[in-house]
Amino acid sequence: MTALAESGTAPRQTTRPPSDDRPRVRKYTADQVPIGSVLLRMFTGLVVVVVFLLPYLIMFFGSVKTKAEIRSVDPTYFPTEWHWENYVTMWSTPETPLAQNVISTLVISLCATLLVLAVALPAAYYTARFRFRGRLVFLFLVIVTQMIQPAVLTSGLFREFIAIGIIDTWGAMILVNAAFNLSFAVWIMHSFFAAIPKEVDEAAQIDGAGTLAVLTKINLPLVWPGIVTAVIFTFVASWNEFAASLVLLSTPGNQPLSVALTKFVGQYETSWHYVFGVSIVAIVPVIILFMAIEKRLVGGLMAGSVK
Amino acid sequence: MKDLLKALPWIGPAVALIATVVLFPVGVMFWNSTRDISQSGLDDGGVGLANFATVVGFQYFWPILGRTVVWVVGVVGVTLLGSLALAALLDKSFPGRRLVRMAVIVPWASSVVMTTMVVHYGLEPYFGIINSFLVDVGLIASPEGYGWTRHPVTAFAWAMVVAVFVSLPFTTYTILAGLQSVPGETVEAARIDGAGGVRTYFSVVLPQLRGAVSVAVLINIINVFNSLPILRVMTGSIPGYDADTIMTMIFKYLQNQRQIDLASALSVIAFFVVIVIVAVYVRVVRPLKEV
Repeated sequence: MTALAESGTAPRQTTRPPSDDRPRVRKYTADQVPIGSVLLRMFTGLVVVVVFLLPYLIMFFGSVKTKAEIRSVDPTYFPTEWHWENYVTMWSTPETPLAQNVISTLVISLCATLLVLAVALPAAYYTARFRFRGRLVFLFLVIVTQMIQPAVLTSGLFREFIAIGIIDTWGAMILVNAAFNLSFAVWIMHSFFAAIPKEVDEAAQIDGAGTLAVLTKINLPLVWPGIVTAVIFTFVASWNEFAASLVLLSTPGNQPLSVALTKFVGQYETSWHYVFGVSIVAIVPVIILFMAIEKRLVGGLMAGSVK
Repeated sequence: MKDLLKALPWIGPAVALIATVVLFPVGVMFWNSTRDISQSGLDDGGVGLANFATVVGFQYFWPILGRTVVWVVGVVGVTLLGSLALAALLDKSFPGRRLVRMAVIVPWASSVVMTTMVVHYGLEPYFGIINSFLVDVGLIASPEGYGWTRHPVTAFAWAMVVAVFVSLPFTTYTILAGLQSVPGETVEAARIDGAGGVRTYFSVVLPQLRGAVSVAVLINIINVFNSLPILRVMTGSIPGYDADTIMTMIFKYLQNQRQIDLASALSVIAFFVVIVIVAVYVRVVRPLKEV
């Protein structure tokens, strides 16, 4: 590999057979790619788009079919009539109190996100800026929580939350979602804080600013993208959480949509059109949020694992 | 010590949250795994390792463990191969690439429960749209279909397909980030030396992806092992234990049988399995040494 790299920078070397008289410096740029392979890439790309969107297209077309059509023994790929009123009638389906489930999902996700921010932001700032005894222990603890997931801990959480009296409450799931997304939030914000030169802080301190003022006035505007990424990631992860909610929340109205919707499966006559309508309503907003942080997702997930 | 006290107001809340919601429940779980707990939740005293003996002695335990291995190895392996190919495509420039990248992200943002439910519906006999498509193209003879979701083996196989589908986005994006850090000069140099596209990829690009691939595989192993919703939706209504993994079995103890002591014992086993997998993996592949 290094040999290849060296021959690249020193083209006069004799590593190639002398008979090879192709131009020595060939720029590896897109404009020289033959049109045929560009078309092939576009075609493959199109196939990928179709495959990745297919389940959600089925969902969407299903959500505007009538119950009779979606359960017809001669199924249609596209709705014969578009029944947009499903999006209104679905809220009064008897399987589960859907409107309450939406409220629960929203409250749990929003509060968990706020809690993560309140707890992770100071920790990320301080560990990126100051060396202190126990700093590495703390950062190791944060990585460990990324390795553990709520599913494996539910039996412990269940007993603990009964003991402290918050079983079957929003508070229980707010704590769980906040704790298990803390790691991502700390690491991405930590990497943003660490990228700000220390001199910026020191200059502000010389001008008489305290630690808190340095954080809020100087650093926050610079780490803003990291904060937005942490907020959106935590919100979407909490929005979709399933395993812990399944066990810790038993009152139907307290449950998030992910748990509530599973009640439709295995019913004698599942109202699939309603399941899909609710799914579309639940999925579209978070997809848009996720796309907004697309470029920074990997950085946040990798940061904790490679440092 | 003084500087730790100074740090406490900043990191204290995070430590408190981790302690209450991660560390303490681990302790509770270990403690409960050695107790006899009634279905109503009453602690009837210590039983040593009897719960572990019951869990391991359960006649379906070893098949469940074997199926868990198939689940993790199969899903992570296929996901890795698919992601390498997808990332290679997304790294090339072509009109519409941004649109393809956005489409790939969709299953990542979407609720896994909801994605699995569409597939479950699609496989239903008679009215399922995937089943009906397979009939239309002639792969299945009768519209009654195969009853994909009724048989443990086929339902489990389809669950693996869904698991690969929802694992692809994260893995692809991680490998894509790795590809973007491969210096263009190394690729160019390989070309100048006369290596073709395939050869360049395997002997120049792929070795440099080691770090990204290791991290992606490690995180995938943890996620796939801990995955509950896909199997819960796809195989949850099948009676018996022929489509269970350790994780779905924990939830069967916990919810269907209300045996929190046995659920805790199996969770402790799962906990150690994860630790062993991560330790062995980190030792063999050393993903944390890179970068």
